Amino acid sequence: MSNVILQIDGREVTAREGITILEAAGSQGISIPTLCHHEKLEPYGGCRICSVEVDARGRTSVVAACLFPVEQDLVVRTRTKKLDRIRKSLLEMMLAHAPDSEQLQALAVEYGADKDRFEKEASFCIHCGLCVRYCAEVTQKNALGFIDRGARKEICFIPEIASRECWECKECFPLCPTSALQAAFVLIKALTFPGPARESGVES
Amino acid sequence: MSRINSSAELEKLRQDILSTRDPNKPCITLCSGSACQATHCKKVAAALELEMEKTGLMDAVHFRKTGCHGFCEQGPIIVIYPEGVCYLRVKPEDIPEIVSRTLIEKKVVERLIYVDPTTKEKVTLEEEIPFYKNQQRLILGQNTKIDPKSIEDYLAVGGYQALAKVLLEMKPEQVIAEVKAASLRGRGGGGFPAGIKWEAARNAPGEPKYVIVNCDEGDPGAYMDRSLMEGNPFCVLEGLLIGAYAIGAHEGYIYVRQEYPLAVENVTVAIRTAEEYGLLGKNILGSGFDFTIKVHMGAGAFVCGEETALIKSLEGKVGEPKARPPYPAVKGLWDKPTNINNVETWANIPLIINKGAAAFTSIGTEGSKGTKIFSLVGKVNNTGLVEVPMGVTLRDIVYKIGGGIPGGKSFKAVQTGGPAGGCMPESLLDMAVDFDQLTRAGSMMGSGGMIVLDDETCMVDFARYFLGFLADESCGKCVPCREGVKQMLKILTDITIGKGSRGDIELLEELAEVAGSAALCALGKGAPNPVLSTIRHFRDEYEAHINEGKCPSYSCRELISYYIDPDKCQACMSCGKKCPAEAIEGGKNLIHVVVQDKCTKCGSCLEACPARFGAVRKISGEPVPAPLPEEARTVVRKSKPL
Repeated sequence: MSNVILQIDGREVTAREGITILEAAGSQGISIPTLCHHEKLEPYGGCRICSVEVDARGRTSVVAACLFPVEQDLVVRTRTKKLDRIRKSLLEMMLAHAPDSEQLQALAVEYGADKDRFEKEASFCIHCGLCVRYCAEVTQKNALGFIDRGARKEICFIPEIASRECWECKECFPLCPTSALQAAFVLIKALTFPGPARESGVES
Repeated sequence: MSRINSSAELEKLRQDILSTRDPNKPCITLCSGSACQATHCKKVAAALELEMEKTGLMDAVHFRKTGCHGFCEQGPIIVIYPEGVCYLRVKPEDIPEIVSRTLIEKKVVERLIYVDPTTKEKVTLEEEIPFYKNQQRLILGQNTKIDPKSIEDYLAVGGYQALAKVLLEMKPEQVIAEVKAASLRGRGGGGFPAGIKWEAARNAPGEPKYVIVNCDEGDPGAYMDRSLMEGNPFCVLEGLLIGAYAIGAHEGYIYVRQEYPLAVENVTVAIRTAEEYGLLGKNILGSGFDFTIKVHMGAGAFVCGEETALIKSLEGKVGEPKARPPYPAVKGLWDKPTNINNVETWANIPLIINKGAAAFTSIGTEGSKGTKIFSLVGKVNNTGLVEVPMGVTLRDIVYKIGGGIPGGKSFKAVQTGGPAGGCMPESLLDMAVDFDQLTRAGSMMGSGGMIVLDDETCMVDFARYFLGFLADESCGKCVPCREGVKQMLKILTDITIGKGSRGDIELLEELAEVAGSAALCALGKGAPNPVLSTIRHFRDEYEAHINEGKCPSYSCRELISYYIDPDKCQACMSCGKKCPAEAIEGGKNLIHVVVQDKCTKCGSCLEACPARFGAVRKISGEPVPAPLPEEARTVVRKSKPL
């Protein structure tokens, strides 16, 4: 594949055609915040924290850096007042779910986000999908998935598979930017693994 | 029926069909679209068949059950040709009179014809009813002339002429050039030029290529695609075939909501019939072009109307949108080049090929050509499907076609573009309706929903309704939509129940910016439109709710109270009898009082109070006056004149 030349934050960048803005910026040491991105996984574009501004074909728009492919003469801005406002609001909305997440808190400092701005809804999950996607794409066990949609969407272990696979794996655990996964897993473990649950009396 | 193998055979068949049809033979058509089925057109049809048999008219009169005529609130609709006499709201018991008076004696049944609600003028002929007269029904018009299950009817009105021309006389590039020259823009919402999309799919590397009909129409109150699919499925198929040939696709999908059973049925019958006639399948019309179509039923998610979500759903995956680029034209169904257009867009294609791009572009505005079908609903006298040339004013649609606002109320706004569209106030009524003007006004064309609002509609509550819809239908994949829409809904709900606070408007604007610019797909990106357009044009209503606890339209339940004016109350007991909550105190000769704690604010008392007294009124934004002390409640009547 051939190379394209684009501009990121005023810097001229040569990048291989087909890679994303996030990858091109990373190669130049320009950091763009991410939450749902993982190099082993297909780009997802869920958290939108990597939103950047691009000028392409005469139009300025906000796109997800983790998904948008580089193109010749593309002009990218990774930090503007508008992007700061967007990232701040996104963080505030996610902090309503996971106020104790260290990753979110660190970004909140950077973007001046107030973790108490929106009413707390402590689900501990920001729907980054890292666990679900890692389990599907890397370990290929498909032991957990999303159920329902919109604001009611949640991650859920599938007991039949989880009881068989998860105890030995747990590779998704360190990926979780909040504590949702552990919480869900512990719950399902209690319901699914007959031994410890009975002993601790959880089942009754 | 034996297959048609060439253009000549197609023309011969058409001539054979036409030769058996006498244009002067009376034909009675009954609208049998979904709306008319809801008003029992099937019973009317049964009564008509029975009556025709009884009177021996079976051979002398042709009876045709057609697709949607558009004037849905007046259904079931009967039109008798060749004259075009139009009967509305026909009941089975009207049938004997229609048969004896009109079919036999050739006289008009006066009580069934249209009466203008304002002028009280009676109109006999369909084409002269103001609702129809002011339209230009290039696409929808065929619905009234054909039985959607009859390929013969479609051939009789010139069906498959465009296909024959394309397959046997034009190169794919010429077809694309014609559609590009026609400047046809996608009727599903985005308004993207169809020809450019087709060209991108044709030029994209990869085989096989696919074409898709998007019939996952989900905007509340919008049903133009449904009516086309139900009423003229062969036209959609013909358009799709032409597109497939131009793009180089041999497989097509029709993605249709399972909630549209009649559309599914009619298009399935159409596909089967077209296959029998050789108008689908191998070597169509002897051209060497092969094409097959499958029907896929959607499971009811609104977001699957978004093209990338639709494609994922078609692949059997969760219907969640994905980022563009890559566009479906390059990487669509099964990652192959795919062209997806909505029903109305496909239905425009035969017209463009038959009449030519020049004729098509002679209609419309600079940036939007041809006609557009709107579903005109809400607080307007004539509701139904309306097809008008692009560039007609909102005022013409609402007043000339729609017949104005019913019940002596006044116009407040018109909402276009579905849940992610916007509201336009009276000051924009003279705006020419096209893709660009609507976007400039903070709304959008969308798929063509048009909801008229009168002065009793609260604009904050209206925005809240749409945000509620979108919050429900958001797929939940991206934060700006899943969380942003939810937060906006919460704020709007608070405002409508009197819990708004200063800064809410600014917070809504901030969240609107986040969703509008950072959301993954058009659902989230468009979600702020109902909020922003109502703030833009009706900011005073937001402020009244927040600052004064007042709903200026007297519509938000938590912000209004019902009050009986003691000076006007004549203690007639009408309201007390109607109150379902037993919230009205009083009795004979005792002035009535609404017990505010018990009142559920249903409004029954207001409706029940005789107009000559007018004692009950709504109060908002001010305290309810204290009731009279019990001893002072005896009504003092004016002595009646002797």
